[in-house]
Amino acid sequence: MGRALGILIWLLTLGTVVLFFSGWWFPTTITEHGPQVDQQFMITIIVVAIAFVAAQIGLGYMVWRYRANAQNKDERALYTHGNNRLEVIWTVVTAVVFIGLAVMGQRVWANLRFSEAPAGSFQVEVVAQQFAWNLHYPGPDGKLGHTDPTLIDDQDNPIGLDRKDLGARDDIVGSTLVLPVNRPAELILRSKDVTHSFWVPQLRFKQDLVPGMQIHVHFTPTKVGQFQLACAELCGMTHYKMQGTLLVLPQDQLNDLMARPKDEFQSRVEELKKMYEVGAIYDEQGKTKLGMSY
Amino acid sequence: MADANVLHEGQETVHRHEPPKSFIRKYIFSLDHKVIGIQYLTLALVAVFVGMTLSVLMRMNLTWPDVNWPLLGTIKPEVYLSLLTIHGTIMVFFVLTTAPQGGFGNYILPIQIGADDMAFPVLNMLSFWVTLVGFIVLIAAFFVQGGAPIGGWTAYPPLSAVPSAGPGQGTGMNLWIISIAIFCVGSLLGALNFITTLLNLRAKGMSLMRMPLTCWAWFTTAVLALLAFPVLLAAGVLLFLDRNAGTSFFLPAGLYFGRDVLKNAGGSPILWQHLFWFFGHPEVYIAILPGMGATSHILSTFARKPVFGYRAMVFAIFAIGLLGFFVWGHHMFISGMSPYSAMAFSILTLAIGVPSAVKTFNWLGTLWGAKIRFTTPMLFAIGFVSLFVAGGITGLVLGQTSLDLPMHDTYFVLGHFHLVMGVAAIFGMFAGIYFWFPKMFGKMMSEKLGRIHFWITFIGVYSIFIPMHIMGIVGMPRRYAQFSDKNGQIYGFLASLHPLVLFVTVAAIITFFTQFIFLFNLVWSLFKGKKAGDNPWEATTLEWATSSPPPHDNFAGHPPVVYRGAYEFSVPGAPNDFVMQTEPDAEESGSRAQQDSSGNGHDGHKH
Repeated sequence: MGRALGILIWLLTLGTVVLFFSGWWFPTTITEHGPQVDQQFMITIIVVAIAFVAAQIGLGYMVWRYRANAQNKDERALYTHGNNRLEVIWTVVTAVVFIGLAVMGQRVWANLRFSEAPAGSFQVEVVAQQFAWNLHYPGPDGKLGHTDPTLIDDQDNPIGLDRKDLGARDDIVGSTLVLPVNRPAELILRSKDVTHSFWVPQLRFKQDLVPGMQIHVHFTPTKVGQFQLACAELCGMTHYKMQGTLLVLPQDQLNDLMARPKDEFQSRVEELKKMYEVGAIYDEQGKTKLGMSY
Repeated sequence: MADANVLHEGQETVHRHEPPKSFIRKYIFSLDHKVIGIQYLTLALVAVFVGMTLSVLMRMNLTWPDVNWPLLGTIKPEVYLSLLTIHGTIMVFFVLTTAPQGGFGNYILPIQIGADDMAFPVLNMLSFWVTLVGFIVLIAAFFVQGGAPIGGWTAYPPLSAVPSAGPGQGTGMNLWIISIAIFCVGSLLGALNFITTLLNLRAKGMSLMRMPLTCWAWFTTAVLALLAFPVLLAAGVLLFLDRNAGTSFFLPAGLYFGRDVLKNAGGSPILWQHLFWFFGHPEVYIAILPGMGATSHILSTFARKPVFGYRAMVFAIFAIGLLGFFVWGHHMFISGMSPYSAMAFSILTLAIGVPSAVKTFNWLGTLWGAKIRFTTPMLFAIGFVSLFVAGGITGLVLGQTSLDLPMHDTYFVLGHFHLVMGVAAIFGMFAGIYFWFPKMFGKMMSEKLGRIHFWITFIGVYSIFIPMHIMGIVGMPRRYAQFSDKNGQIYGFLASLHPLVLFVTVAAIITFFTQFIFLFNLVWSLFKGKKAGDNPWEATTLEWATSSPPPHDNFAGHPPVVYRGAYEFSVPGAPNDFVMQTEPDAEESGSRAQQDSSGNGHDGHKH
């Protein structure tokens, strides 16, 4: 029984390791911070793998080696209550490795979260609702106009934009998140009703949208393309299909889009969407397809 | 103690408590901790089969959405979400809290410390009946208008606070809160009882450091429950008031639902998350610590070796319990909480991995140089160690702020917590039931059926939960009712995962049916099992020093006296390879018990 169990533990360990090498992995990242997240993930998963494999091999070895059987039935087990030196060594070693990892993991976090968005960031307000995404662009004046929930009209004014506010007159409200490539993007995240979460796997980025809060986040997309935006916080009945679109455009295409009259915005976006295959990655000019992100 | 009438100095006179005569007082409204323990275990057994059934229905819908099932019909998204909510709630509260602590702790702890019952038997009876009412109220949520709530076991507001936020968020959600509040009361009563019993009712000679590690685990769990459940209870009351009395604890101004702006103002949805996880993270340890205790106990027994590093094990349990109160924020890195506090929570979270690793090292140390007897409880205890490592180790990923950006709320999290607080804890309970069943019922369980149950379940749970990590890496969000609909795959980046989704579902269905072998074994052994002696496993602790099952007052009026630590196996020179805690040292014959015993779990055998 001991041998069988030892072998089973090893086989399950092997199966687990093989599965991690089977090709299923993150989609390619399209942000500046993405490779750093991926690197930190790799370092961590290597530490995890070493610890996991070592512990399971050790466990499998113990049950194989120290089984009671007919040959050793008259012998007794080793009589020991422990070893203080060993306790100290493994406590200190794991403490150094674990806390070291935690400290290392703060670097990307600090870059993204401890600082405000750089000057000149492209600003968009993301207003989530059950089960759709509204994107609020400041327009040529660069100012996001005032909103008021009492002005919300599900058909014509989904975010309650106050059209009397001067700053709101040129604002655009659409259903697609459009961002320029290689320029920091600042998102202001809000929710109309329940808590949602902004999740685009290729961005390596996720953030809750909490009613009553305006959460400012920033990152820099580095690849052009069209990507799916999902909700990652259970928000109600059709949470599973609260799907949105992120369109990362070359600078000139974005400038052209933003310069158009606002009633042409969504129709032009639909045209642009047709130019980029969902999930594919394009070069900075949006001319050459570099491959799929997954 | 050859002559029961010869009393040791200071020992109480023989004073037997006879069991009550009436059926109702004996088996229904019983004050006997053993009966109450079995009542808790029965409740947990019913609950776990309900919870498992719900999870299989969920897997079916994820794999084959929009299918019109015989009897069930199509599983609609809101039905899926209610299955998800009730599955989580049942498993966390009515299985993982109820069985390890209320069930095993209630039955075994008083006997292991040599007490004749819990300190407050009436409170003990009440805590069970209160818990049962909580369970009935929860199940009732399925049958009210709108059905069961859809917001998950975490019940984040505003989804949980606004009845119009979705189906099931009306009466169903009210019932959910009431059920949880009732459960909190039951758990608090239980926790008080455990703490008092352990501190005050230990037998002569049972110093703290001579206690079995199970007792340390149940004690620490009770302390956690005492500090954590009141916070959940308070949060639940506030949520109930927000829903029914127009208050705004969790509701900010300007919420827009169904063409109306709500009148609430001033509340914070994140406040709920802080309160919930202040309870919720210690709850993880409430679920797993008793499993750790049982595993240590059973590994030592069947390794025929003392626990390696008993003192380190006790400190590790304490360290886990203490740190467990300072890491709740790792559930909230991306909630909108301050990024600076996220950093602090992250470092504390990885620090809690240290005592967990120390426990694993000591389990391996216990097996080193052992003479392992592969009984069914031992198989499950070894399985516990394997699963605890597999599930716990990925906490190193999820505990890091930056890695939470891609991993939060994905299937990676599901794989992680199901392995560590779900199936590892369940393996601890399986080990416990196979181990203590002979004591509880005087019958052995079938080893053959037990082994079949172990092999399939062990392979099954790995097959279910390891692939979920991969799904999470690819980006699959949790709590999605389905991943495709009539128009095909909804998210292109998840399309490649279909074979894995199917594999997990098949593994889940096989594992589910395997549990009926366990159920059959349980019932069959109750009637047809081989008769168990007082100490069938040749174990050392006090529960094996009395009859199987123990009499109403546990030790038939003769309180045991303890002479040594809990795990004296393979002592050189001893006649047997185990020395019971009640066995006096030959040369000192009993006098040790009166000395101060600040033992290291092994008085007189220091190295």
